[in-house]
Amino acid sequence: MSILVITAIASLLIAGFFLAALIWSIKDGQYEDDYAPPNRILFDENNTKTNNQSTWS
Amino acid sequence: MELEKFSYDNKIPKMFAIATVTWGVVGMLAGVLAAFQLAFPALNFNLEFTTFGRVRPVHTNAVIFAFVGNAIFTAVYYSMPRLLKTPMWSNALSKIHFWGWQLIIVAAAATLLAGFTTSKEYAELEWPIDIAITLIWVVFGINMMGTILTRRERHLYVAIWFYLGSWITVALLHIVNSFEMPVSGLKSYSWYAGVQDALVQWWYGHNAVFFLTTPFLGMMYYFLPKAANRPIYSYRLSIVHFWSLIFIYIWAGPHHLLYTALPEWAQSLGTALSVMLFYCPAGAVC
Repeated sequence: MSILVITAIASLLIAGFFLAALIWSIKDGQYEDDYAPPNRILFDENNTKTNNQSTWS
Repeated sequence: MELEKFSYDNKIPKMFAIATVTWGVVGMLAGVLAAFQLAFPALNFNLEFTTFGRVRPVHTNAVIFAFVGNAIFTAVYYSMPRLLKTPMWSNALSKIHFWGWQLIIVAAAATLLAGFTTSKEYAELEWPIDIAITLIWVVFGINMMGTILTRRERHLYVAIWFYLGSWITVALLHIVNSFEMPVSGLKSYSWYAGVQDALVQWWYGHNAVFFLTTPFLGMMYYFLPKAANRPIYSYRLSIVHFWSLIFIYIWAGPHHLLYTALPEWAQSLGTALSVMLFYCPAGAVC
């Protein structure tokens, strides 16, 4: 049943990659603020209406 | 400070959207035909090309990879520049991705109707198309990673994580399940045999459902708040959602092989991981 080993290793590779990503995202402070990001996505309405032009400063 | 200007390219999402609707109609009509063939055998038309055995994989492949696939790409190419406040990394790669994917779909429908199949459910396509899928998937990945790396918004919104998780997982599942020995231009045999083939097939096959759901979860976290014009009820919960999903989803496949030659502990493990998919959102709430 070598396929068990293959699928297990493949799954662990993905898990390992995302474990690293999780640690990076926490250390990077990605989750320090859980208020601004969900609200921020709502504010690009002007950008799409004015001829697909977007501005930011 | 100077005001920076950039524009969102809506052309590519529009092309993917048109393809989504077109293939949706084609794929579902094929499904209607296949369904009627079960009740009215005359509808097989006494032609090898229109028999149930060939129409059914055309239906499933068209709906999963042409309809849902293009819908995912529409959403990714629409939402990613807006979430990351930058255009897609490469317009050329976007175009290669679009036309490459549509060509793959046409080739898939043609070869399936002509009777070329690996006989693996949802992975029926023969080896040259498998290679083409891998290449186009890599093009999509490079474009996506490039956009993430050149982003002008520090925070990666939760939808982006779902897109990333989907890309990496689909790539790995497709490649591992599609290991096959070609014997001619359109015929190959699976690298694996017997129950081993069954396990790798359902490890992949269950996650064909993953292809249907995971990117859509990410899309819901973008399009639902946009449509309702209010933020997601709990952003914290959506983050827990992603990180619990990514660590346990992939090994749910063995629940397709209960009471088979697969070792019982592997059946139990796969089933336990499937049940945990219910538990983890509940655990996040408590």
